[in-house]
Amino acid sequence: MLNRLLSHDLPRSRWLAAALLLIAAALLLAPFLFHGAKALNVAAKVLVFILLVASYDLLLGYAGIVSFAHTMFFGIGAYGVAIACARAGSGVGWGHVALGLGGALALSLLLSLVIGLFSLRVKAIFFAMITLAVASAFQTLASQLSELTGGEDGLSYKVPALLSPSYEPFDAPAFGLMIDGKVIAYYGLFVVVALGFLALLRVVNSPFGRVLQAIRENDFRAEAIGYRVVVWRTLANVLAAAVATAAGALLALWLRYTGPDTTLSFEVMLDILLIVVIGGMGTLYGAVLGAALFVLAQNYLQDLLALGARALEGVPVLSALVSPDRWLFWLGLGFVLCVYHFPSGVVGRLRAKPGRPAASE
Amino acid sequence: MTNALSLEGVHTHVGPYHILHGVDLHVPAGQVTMLLGRNGAGKTSTLRTVMGLWPASAGVLRFKGQAITAMTTPEIARLGIAYVPETMGIFSELTVRDHLVLGARAARRAEDLDRTRLDWLFGLFPALHKFWLHPAGKLSGGQKQMLAIARALIAPCELLLVDEPSKGLAPAMVMKLIEAFTELKRQRCTVLMVEQNLAMAKALGDRVAVMDNGRIVHTGAMAELADDEVLQQRLLGLSLGVAA
Amino acid sequence: MTDSPLPTGSLPTHPGEVALPGARFDARPLWLLAALVLLAFPLIGNGASWLTLTAAGLAMGLIVFIMASGLTLVFGLMDVLNFGHGVFIAAGAFVGTSVLAGMAGWVGSASALQNLGAVALAMLAAMAVAAALGAAFERVIVRPVYGQHLKQILITMGGMTVGEELIKLIWGPQQLPMPMPEALRGAVLVPWFGGEAAAVEKYRLFAVVLGLAVFAGLLWLLNRTKLGLLVRAGVQDREMVEALGYRVRRLFVGVFVAGSALAGLGGVLWGLYQQSVVPQIGAQLNTLLFIVIIMGGLGSTLGCFVGALAVGLMANYTGFLAPKLALFSNIGLMVAVLLWRPQGLYPVR
Repeated sequence: MLNRLLSHDLPRSRWLAAALLLIAAALLLAPFLFHGAKALNVAAKVLVFILLVASYDLLLGYAGIVSFAHTMFFGIGAYGVAIACARAGSGVGWGHVALGLGGALALSLLLSLVIGLFSLRVKAIFFAMITLAVASAFQTLASQLSELTGGEDGLSYKVPALLSPSYEPFDAPAFGLMIDGKVIAYYGLFVVVALGFLALLRVVNSPFGRVLQAIRENDFRAEAIGYRVVVWRTLANVLAAAVATAAGALLALWLRYTGPDTTLSFEVMLDILLIVVIGGMGTLYGAVLGAALFVLAQNYLQDLLALGARALEGVPVLSALVSPDRWLFWLGLGFVLCVYHFPSGVVGRLRAKPGRPAASE
Repeated sequence: MTNALSLEGVHTHVGPYHILHGVDLHVPAGQVTMLLGRNGAGKTSTLRTVMGLWPASAGVLRFKGQAITAMTTPEIARLGIAYVPETMGIFSELTVRDHLVLGARAARRAEDLDRTRLDWLFGLFPALHKFWLHPAGKLSGGQKQMLAIARALIAPCELLLVDEPSKGLAPAMVMKLIEAFTELKRQRCTVLMVEQNLAMAKALGDRVAVMDNGRIVHTGAMAELADDEVLQQRLLGLSLGVAA
Repeated sequence: MTDSPLPTGSLPTHPGEVALPGARFDARPLWLLAALVLLAFPLIGNGASWLTLTAAGLAMGLIVFIMASGLTLVFGLMDVLNFGHGVFIAAGAFVGTSVLAGMAGWVGSASALQNLGAVALAMLAAMAVAAALGAAFERVIVRPVYGQHLKQILITMGGMTVGEELIKLIWGPQQLPMPMPEALRGAVLVPWFGGEAAAVEKYRLFAVVLGLAVFAGLLWLLNRTKLGLLVRAGVQDREMVEALGYRVRRLFVGVFVAGSALAGLGGVLWGLYQQSVVPQIGAQLNTLLFIVIIMGGLGSTLGCFVGALAVGLMANYTGFLAPKLALFSNIGLMVAVLLWRPQGLYPVR
């Protein structure tokens, strides 16, 4: 049964399975295990990024397409919901959310189709750079249309009553936790991400996924066999974009705020790349591991560095390097080292260790 | 007679494909050795391995007794080995003059080229003089081939590796090529040539090696093979006597 | 065979009587550039404004060209995608600010010679530091992932992030001013038809002159020296150049370092153009540079030149005519060019 749930794509490694179970359990029980708004926020961000990066892995790891426009679709989803909710004022209902999401998906569909078909005329490297340019143009557009999008400041809005923090359906706490809209929102997020991830797992292990991988390995041959490479690549593009849009909508609903820095900035694109590389490309599980590692690092590394800075106070160069402001430096360094030493990501490393149930790989 | 080039048990892998399966080849100095075989037999792969473009995964390659197996392509070329690939390696944006300057490592400008050799090449291939400053991309197929060969010959070389020089050329051009290589033979330059044009092979070759499936299946004197029709049929599927 | 040497000077010096079909220089992109400049005139309406904008566009374009020229050759020669090229621009710009700050006396003095001396020193220092950084970058970041495009993209981006952080470490994360020396301040009044005068900023003229000098220098190097010949051949067919006995890897390191030095020079020029620098300028300009080299054709210096000028002119014209569209003008231009020539203006291979 587990086999069917995971579409026959098992972790194939005791270590990996253990890590995944740990993460899944931690995420499932997060509201009960960790108290405080920050912890829950971190968990929610991990969930959103799992979905976002998994969709990117479909594109990069399975279809072999390097695109820098992924954050654009993420942003479209977030802004779609944000604008719909902001327009609705205080009477935000699920209808508004649906409208926002629907509009965002339509726009993403259109854009990803256009981008996908444009890849007909240009080589892969050109495509990557073009998506970079398109994404930065979109970012500029979003900040320019400030009446609609709130510009640099972004949008703050209300969400449907069920999800709002003030909604408390039960009088007594359950297992030590007061159930409120935030908790409900969290579990909604969890369910959607879990379903989405399993669906992606199904997709990459289907004939569609295999064709994508064949195209990635040798597109010339795939075309010769009879697969119209452009069509398949465009489909992959569209699917990945749709999932990213959904992830954006989820983030918007959780944060009740959407701004260019949470969704559209190049930093987010870099984060996605970091996660997919560190986690392991072409595995989907890499997205889970990578997202957990990365979001934890992003939020708690600075605290760790602050500790280190205090310890090294007074030491000339080192104290400046270990300052919490320099966390991106260490992350970048770690990233470079990861690309060297973990070419197949953490998942690849774990799978290479002894403790695999089957002997073949 | 010493061997200018020898391959001992050379294997080559390109990605997952095992292309050369233990090639043993000895190219005597001062002679022209023809490398024959059906398409896909591994002839081009052998030349590329000698030049270091594809590293040998096993075996030893020696040039004048020195092991060159692990050397890089530029180092191998600097030992005095010149290479004319099947695709000719013509730089379409560069002029004929540029090509010859490139061929002579010591030359910084056209004026530095060895005039005697240049005249000889102009005599062999008048088109070079005519189109001296034209971009090579505008030359005809045959002229490009001549340019590729001239580039290999502008500087003295000890070993010349040539891959199908007559491919796609009109018979008149092929005669020119034979003339050029005959002169080289006279100068006792060692040549290892892959050729499908069997008339040319017969005219120029002193020795012959036949390849099949990444291995050498026959070596010997060209004269022997030329006289033995049965052997020709067996090795090549057709006879050398037929004008190609 | 005859032994008589040819009399000197008998090598043909002109392409000669033989007309080969289609052996013409492809000037269409240049015509389009000229058309762009001319088209802008009626749209802008005012001759003086047109001249000012054109000068600004040319200056910006030439600075961008200086920055991008190294990038396109590096890709053309070794298929290396350096997404971290911006770090050399940033390093050069910041070194420039330090030098100019240190030579505040010369910068503020009334003597034009001292002014230019300070700027020259800043440029040289920037180029030296950027070159050193480039050599280190090539060795540590680029060389280990040679041949693997995806890893190159990722690791060079990572390298740029680390570099940017180091810059923030040394100079601080805030914006730093880049003071314009007296001699380059202000504008020159160019008399125009109809009595009015167009104001062309002195610094822009300086940038144009310098940019053209760099372009001319690059063209000379590429077309008149053996080194340039090797680069041009290597861009077309690296394997064949190696088979001719040239160590292309070494050549590549040289091109990489030279490209980094040029980026550093561009950084100083850009900083003076904006009169300030921020640590993010590398990342900000990266996208623009990629647009330029894609438009021009990866590996083509002339293409990079035309692309950079087009981008500079477009940015200035649209900035005046339709400011909201200005930021999309680059992408629009790139898309238009690629629809016409998918491999860029002057494809190399």
